[in-house]
Amino acid sequence: MAEIRYTKDHEYIRIDGAEGVVGISDHAQQQLGDVVFAETPPLGKTLKAGEPAAVVESVKAASDVFAPVSGEVVAVNADVEKTPGIINEDALGRGWLFRIRIADLSELAALMDEAAYAAYLETQA
Amino acid sequence: MRYLPLDAAERQAMLARIGVPDVEALFADIPADKRIGGLIDLPLAKSEMAVERTMSAMAARSVAAGSAPFFLGAGAYKRHIPASVDHLIQRSEFLTSYTPYQPEIAQGTLKVLFEFQTQVATLTGMEVANASMYDGSTACAEAMMMAHRLTKRGKAVLSGGLHPQYADVAETLARLAGETVVRLPPDVRASEDIAAAMDDETSCVVVQSPDFFGNPRDLAPIADAAHARGALLVAVFTDPVSLGALRSPGEMDADIVVGEGQGIGNALSFGGPYLGLFSTRLKFVRQMPGRLAGETVDADGRRSFVLTLSTREQHIRREKATSNICTNSALCALAFSIHLALLGGVGLRRLANLNHANAVQLADRLSAVPGVEIVNACFFNEFTLRTPRPAADVIEALARRGVIGGLPVSRLLPQAGLDDCIVVASTEVNSDDDRSAYAKALAECLR
Amino acid sequence: MNSQGRPTRPETAQAAARKTFTGNRALDMEEALIFETGRFDASGVDVDDPEPFASRLGPTASAGAPELPGLTEPEAVRHYVRLSRDNYSIDAGLYPLGSCTMKHNPRLNEKMARLPGFSDVHPLQPVSTAQGALAVIEALAAALMTMTGMSAIAMSPKAGAHGELCGMMTIKAAIEARGEVATRRVVLVPDSAHGTNPATAALIGFSVRPVPAGDEGDVSVEAVKSALAPDVAAIMLTNPNTCGLFERQIVGIAEAVREAGAYFYCDGANFNAIVGKTRPGDLGVDAMHINLHKTFSTPHGGGGPGAGPVALSSRLAPFAPVPFVTREGDRLRLVEHAAGTESFGRMSAFHGQMGMFVRALSFILSHGADGLRQASEDAVLSANYIRASLADVMSAPFGERACMHEALFDDRWLKDTGLSTLDFAKAMIDEGFHPMTVYFPLIVHGAMLIEPTESESKASLDRFIMTLRDLAFAAKAGDRERFTSAPIHAPRRRLDETRAARQPVLRWTRPRPA
Repeated sequence: MAEIRYTKDHEYIRIDGAEGVVGISDHAQQQLGDVVFAETPPLGKTLKAGEPAAVVESVKAASDVFAPVSGEVVAVNADVEKTPGIINEDALGRGWLFRIRIADLSELAALMDEAAYAAYLETQA
Repeated sequence: MRYLPLDAAERQAMLARIGVPDVEALFADIPADKRIGGLIDLPLAKSEMAVERTMSAMAARSVAAGSAPFFLGAGAYKRHIPASVDHLIQRSEFLTSYTPYQPEIAQGTLKVLFEFQTQVATLTGMEVANASMYDGSTACAEAMMMAHRLTKRGKAVLSGGLHPQYADVAETLARLAGETVVRLPPDVRASEDIAAAMDDETSCVVVQSPDFFGNPRDLAPIADAAHARGALLVAVFTDPVSLGALRSPGEMDADIVVGEGQGIGNALSFGGPYLGLFSTRLKFVRQMPGRLAGETVDADGRRSFVLTLSTREQHIRREKATSNICTNSALCALAFSIHLALLGGVGLRRLANLNHANAVQLADRLSAVPGVEIVNACFFNEFTLRTPRPAADVIEALARRGVIGGLPVSRLLPQAGLDDCIVVASTEVNSDDDRSAYAKALAECLR
Repeated sequence: MNSQGRPTRPETAQAAARKTFTGNRALDMEEALIFETGRFDASGVDVDDPEPFASRLGPTASAGAPELPGLTEPEAVRHYVRLSRDNYSIDAGLYPLGSCTMKHNPRLNEKMARLPGFSDVHPLQPVSTAQGALAVIEALAAALMTMTGMSAIAMSPKAGAHGELCGMMTIKAAIEARGEVATRRVVLVPDSAHGTNPATAALIGFSVRPVPAGDEGDVSVEAVKSALAPDVAAIMLTNPNTCGLFERQIVGIAEAVREAGAYFYCDGANFNAIVGKTRPGDLGVDAMHINLHKTFSTPHGGGGPGAGPVALSSRLAPFAPVPFVTREGDRLRLVEHAAGTESFGRMSAFHGQMGMFVRALSFILSHGADGLRQASEDAVLSANYIRASLADVMSAPFGERACMHEALFDDRWLKDTGLSTLDFAKAMIDEGFHPMTVYFPLIVHGAMLIEPTESESKASLDRFIMTLRDLAFAAKAGDRERFTSAPIHAPRRRLDETRAARQPVLRWTRPRPA
């Protein structure tokens, strides 16, 4: 089972060797409401941790999705541009946004694991 | 006072419920030394009759376009507007309603905007149009900024045929936003080589047709040249009736089309309120500024309309918005839409034909005046003429003879060496008598 | 992140009322689009055909007519009258919209605007033939200067947001003139600000630094001083602010901003609270836009047109945009070119929203100094009357602090009802009221901002108050359906906004033949 890490801005990265699949958390999708538009980063773009990488929009709000770690974008999910609703239906699965080749694996240590994120959500409530 | 319903007893009752002795207590947060003690230095309230008297006297000090032979265009056009238009836009529900943010009780406005967007897109030959901007000049500047966002470049090339004030507005915005504008010199005979002015940093070329001097332009080769450089063509028009006679900018491969809508449905009104028309390709819609009405259904499955794609706008995106525009020109858009619905496509074509016919007749009459030259090979309802005397003097002399003869180009382009040029417009309102009066007065002025 | 999770899809409909053949419900009529009912070969305008002539259009002449339907006058009148009846309007009922100042639109203003000497004058006529039009601009500018206590008015901006742009451009030009445009790149904006404020700042290359409001709703001088630095060009504050409160520390803030070498932009959207009571110029403001379609009653027209003239302090006045009106003896002149002046340039073609100037001047002449002051007092009185009348049933973020012209509530009082601010707003529609401003300002959760204006009679205010009390009691008593199914009486029920955004249909298209 691939390890998953979360940021304070509600992005997740599902680690797969030297790469990671990035999306927004289930909590984030609930808060946003029906997603109507998603814009993924261009293929090949080099991202720095914390830099705006993608955009997810609902009817009433637009949210930047920040890169959880630094690296190069090696794949993007074309499906979210066609059917943005899959982000609501399956944020952690089919609703992934982009895949990143992680430049510095040590950056992952700064992120929360599943339990820590759940605890973080409690404090936010 | 006729607009203030509360009376003294009611005010007292309200103060009692609030629990303060007087209304001044509600202004206690204003620092004491900044409160105005008495009344500000303006006259006291006036009756309707008194206001009418004052304002009618002011109105009488201007010459109304309809009271004289009138041949002035240059970005705003005297049109005959059918009587029902002004009647309909004064219905309370159109005139005094707010922006349709609660769509369940604003289907009237939303449906009109949807129809308006369809009319504008159709007329301009584009896929999608917004629900209006302030006017043609600000729509043009916004189109330029949109092109910058789409191409990720910061340099716009402005044709020398673009309305000088539109170019001024674009230059002002570009300079303050840190972008670049290349403004080609005034191009009276439509002979500029705009392709040569483009380079790989050009985000867009902005070309008006018919241009400020009246020349219709073939946009297709310009679109090709722009696209070859990865740039966009922003097409501009100032009289929407021209689209009844000329090929649409969309047909000629423009990417963004903007223009002034005043010429359909809206009075001259000394320059405002006017109506910015804005249309583009569907693939660019998320970068388009302004409100958009879209179709959907309600909880009962009935077709309904709603403002949509709002995440482009300031109230959601704030500093990342496509524009800061909030209030637009909805009532002017309604007037445009009603007038155009009455005309229909066939009526618009006949109206355009009549405009052109009048302009051709006028051009023939004026070019027969000794010393006068018509510059344009082709034109729609506006052309440039050259006179042996300074144009500004000629126009003043014509005005003294009761003829509004056009725009002396030097008024908008004082340093361009075009002091002998007048831009003359002729719409459907001009009669044979008007043309005779103009020719006669012009001949006298030039004697 | 949208942490207020408003639903954008309606819940399933309840059983509909008995259907009719037409779909009409007596006077509430369904009306199709002109593209569906109009004929594409018809016209409702009689245009004379000229004698045959040789065309001079050239090679870009079009071959046929645009594909647009035409309606005869009876068909057009019926179409637009039916559409109009699906709209709420201030003529029909109260709009409690905070920040919008939906006051009555006097019909005298409409009559004046239609005088041919105002409506039928071309902006580029010889100035000698447009003296009456220029006189209106001069008179309105003078009245606005008197009300604001400021040195100059830029009349050309076409709406409030355009006025904000004008004010910020003027400030940027002033900074440029001091040689500091490269260093002063930041604008301070409170989180409570209207979205146009940061959007405007960003448009001309400033970055936005937030300033927090305090627990009592004001921005404090300390908070501003903490945010001030040599990189700050300006602060943008709204006063009264978007919570409906007078910024009590505004004078100190203005001084601190000036000492730091920056400028004070004031968003004048809420000017209706203070006309004749205080002058923004006296408070230290450098630039303030005025919404003529708010404070000065020009009609909203379904979304516009508006007008946004900008009052300027003496240190900003030299940089004002062209054009402006000047007087030489008894002749009025127009300065139309920036060259040779310090003006930053031009904001739009021609001279501004003349039609709105006439209406606003008519309003100002009608009210006079005494009427204008009375209007502000009545606006503030009415808002506080509503606040006091609802304080026991609805929660207010700033407690019992008196408001100015608008009263702000939040959604804490709805906490145990399972209902949202949106649900409450939609239920108001069934009661015959347009909802108040909701979810603005963003700093208050589930905000409800109520601005009655001075145009409402006490009977109207009382009816509004009693309705809101009834709704509030119903919400707390658990009558959820009244809210979640609302509106049920409006021409449409809640709309599927998700679908509108996911599958945008932004124009009518001819259906393909089957």
